[in-house]
Amino acid sequence: MTTRAPQFPGAPVVRREARDKVTGTARYAADLAPAGCLYAWTVPATVAAGRVTAVRAVDALAVPGVHSVLTHDNAPELQEPDDPILAVLQDDRVPHHGWPIALVIAESLEAARTGAGELHVEYERDPYDVTLTDDHPGLYTPEEANGGHPAVRVRGDVERALAGASVQVDATYRTVALHNHPMEPHAATAVWADGHLTVHDSSQGSSRVRESLARAFGLDPDRITVVSEHVGGGFGSKGTTRPQAVLAAMAARHTGRPVKMVFPRPQLAEVVGHRAPTIQRVRLGADLDGVLTAVSHEIVTQTSTVKEFVEQAAVPARVMYASPHSRTVHRVTALDVPSPSWMRAPGEASGMYALESAMDELASALGLDPVELRLRNEPETEPDSGRPFSSRGLAACLRDGAARFGWHDRDPRPAARQEGRWLMGTGVASATYPVLVSRSTASAHAARDGALRIAVNATDIGTGARTVLAQIAAEALGVDPEAVRVDIGSTDLPVAPLAGGSSGTASWGWAVHKAATALAARLAEHRPLPADGITTTADTEEETGEESPYARHAFGAHFAETAVDAVTGEVRVRRLLGVYAAGRILNARTARSQFTGGMVMGIGMALTEDCGIDPDFGDFTARDLASYHVPVCADTADIQAHWIEEDDRHLNPMGSKGIGEIGIVGTAAAIGNAVRHATGARLRELPLTPDTLLPYLL
Amino acid sequence: MDSLALGADLEPEPVVDEHSTVTLHVNGDPTTLTVDHRTTVLETLRESFGLTGAKKGCDHGQCGACTVLVDGRRVNSCLLLAVAQDGATITTVEGLADGESLHPVQRAFVERDALQCGFCTPGQICSAVGMLREAADGHPSHATGPETAATGPVALDADEIRERMSGNLCRCGAYPRIVEAIEDVIE
Repeated sequence: MTTRAPQFPGAPVVRREARDKVTGTARYAADLAPAGCLYAWTVPATVAAGRVTAVRAVDALAVPGVHSVLTHDNAPELQEPDDPILAVLQDDRVPHHGWPIALVIAESLEAARTGAGELHVEYERDPYDVTLTDDHPGLYTPEEANGGHPAVRVRGDVERALAGASVQVDATYRTVALHNHPMEPHAATAVWADGHLTVHDSSQGSSRVRESLARAFGLDPDRITVVSEHVGGGFGSKGTTRPQAVLAAMAARHTGRPVKMVFPRPQLAEVVGHRAPTIQRVRLGADLDGVLTAVSHEIVTQTSTVKEFVEQAAVPARVMYASPHSRTVHRVTALDVPSPSWMRAPGEASGMYALESAMDELASALGLDPVELRLRNEPETEPDSGRPFSSRGLAACLRDGAARFGWHDRDPRPAARQEGRWLMGTGVASATYPVLVSRSTASAHAARDGALRIAVNATDIGTGARTVLAQIAAEALGVDPEAVRVDIGSTDLPVAPLAGGSSGTASWGWAVHKAATALAARLAEHRPLPADGITTTADTEEETGEESPYARHAFGAHFAETAVDAVTGEVRVRRLLGVYAAGRILNARTARSQFTGGMVMGIGMALTEDCGIDPDFGDFTARDLASYHVPVCADTADIQAHWIEEDDRHLNPMGSKGIGEIGIVGTAAAIGNAVRHATGARLRELPLTPDTLLPYLL
Repeated sequence: MDSLALGADLEPEPVVDEHSTVTLHVNGDPTTLTVDHRTTVLETLRESFGLTGAKKGCDHGQCGACTVLVDGRRVNSCLLLAVAQDGATITTVEGLADGESLHPVQRAFVERDALQCGFCTPGQICSAVGMLREAADGHPSHATGPETAATGPVALDADEIRERMSGNLCRCGAYPRIVEAIEDVIE
């Protein structure tokens, strides 16, 4: 499909809710305090597998202020939920450490927490297995990986091509479990009144939460309102309905009073998903000019016994480089661990770490510049599907980034530059993220006095959704963005998909553009306006239902300069520069923030974020923000994001691609490649902590 | 609650029903109220005063989202018990603006887009206000060279700002913009 030429100037409009956020008046899910509100505290399982044999609540109920204790014995019975992680307090089974087994509800948070400490729980323990290995006996090949991607794709004969290749790379990379840890813990405030359930939930998409609650509680969706007005980040962990919404609703139903429930930070890792650890074998075969003949990317990862989630880490290898022979495979094993799920760029973030590290290894083996190696392997069409790209800006990003970064002065020799005690190096990696879009509805209204209002159940998780939707509507209506009111964040508004998969702006924006365009046409016919104004509605089912004949992806290039302390092994990122080709950038100010924010999270993935699973304890070892190290301000020096304007007519009326995730893709590889350039040490396991580097520096 | 329970004879007796009356001067107004001895300043601000600008990101003093100014200094309000703050002067993010006129730090955060989801933002802003005063008072940081320490106000370059703001986590990664915003205020 060809859409008309995009006209969006990408004005750097200030985000609408900025004033509310800097004055503390923006309301998040736990900021509400309905009259008579009770507070709930969850009690997590302290065994990794087994069942709850007894919960003695006498002491807990004796704590002043404790109202009630919910367990599988007395909690409201749910219908089978749409996600098995929501089946909380339904039976005695403990599928993993941290599974919620009780909820203490009290007049104050302090009383609820004290009551939780007075709850006596007994378990029957089962043997458990929480350790992923590349030869785990439970490994199997799933039907699909996350995103509906086939688990296996094969073109040509990889083994033969590898055997015949002049140059080969065969390397295995490992990534640890990573946690989303949005700054806002998952929270819900639930009220049942007159048969209607209202939940203020910390979610990336309240339409989906309402569906989940309707199914779990056996209710007509019309009897449920879910509000997510302001959301303190999610990064995927709030993209699916999480147990706080169910628990708060259960507690409110049980007590007949409003209930506020916030997962304590140390419980989040167990109940809101994580990026699963991976073991990735990458094999590349190339001729002496660096032209790839074979690409093989094999993933081993884990899921839980509760549900199957397979990190699609081999999928980017189906998109990135031309090669006549290719094999991409995912295998997974179900362990007694918390359920993995989406974390910013699932698949791409972990997979591109391995693929782009392997490309750097290949460049070293060939004595070829790593930028040049990538340019030599640009495909004519998408390698896996053979479809033409709607636009592919990778080469432009690499060239532009190299010029901005000063790449061409680079001395390729490893471990050849030192400034005092600092070993200096630079590295590059490519980035990619697919263009996704979902059906959305929206409405546009012009009041008789001329006031314009857009309504769509979009969610602003920090992207600036209100602002960019106002810009899109304003463009269609021929007015200033300030003239358009935008209402989002409630299921009382037209149904819309979640903020996820870097698809929010495309999905909501398309419906908003359609509704606003229709309104503009109606306004041109109606003067004066009728007393109740004019309303138009839009549904993009048809537009988004068509499968594009094009392969549609955003691309990017990341360049990193690192300094490695020769004495301690500490890695500092001195410079990080990203260049992106992501269609039309609709708001330069908020887009830059999203790009650089992704890059910052990539620094964490590369250097600081580290969470193992203790085989004896049976759970994650780093469950709070003192032990799980997200990047801090001092970890971020010179970070720049730039972009290349793309005029791609095969996307949506705005001409935009998603920008929320690509910033993290390849960033860890660029940093790892820079560390290798600085030190000569090729580490194949993230994060690059001082203890892992020191042995190579002595 | 915890698998590392001590055993019944070693468990401390929980403080379950003790209350005291304290007076807190919050954003300029003195208020006398009765607080549960277990209640933090953060919980008191949010649940008793309805001042929900300060956020609970971790409840352990690890993230800084609850940062407020107590007697002019920045603190993690989740680590202070309200009962111990009788007479304290507390400024929250809601108390920084002068009527409709934003505090210079608030204005700079808006102009630089130094926020995304906004959850850490009240803490970042209170922290920045406290940090600017600490530097003016000559407090050194890890980034302060030994030759400049204790000789009056510390000049804040980007490294100093980054170091001094590192107690406030931002998972959206707004740090580069936060540093720019604070630099704008200093200029």
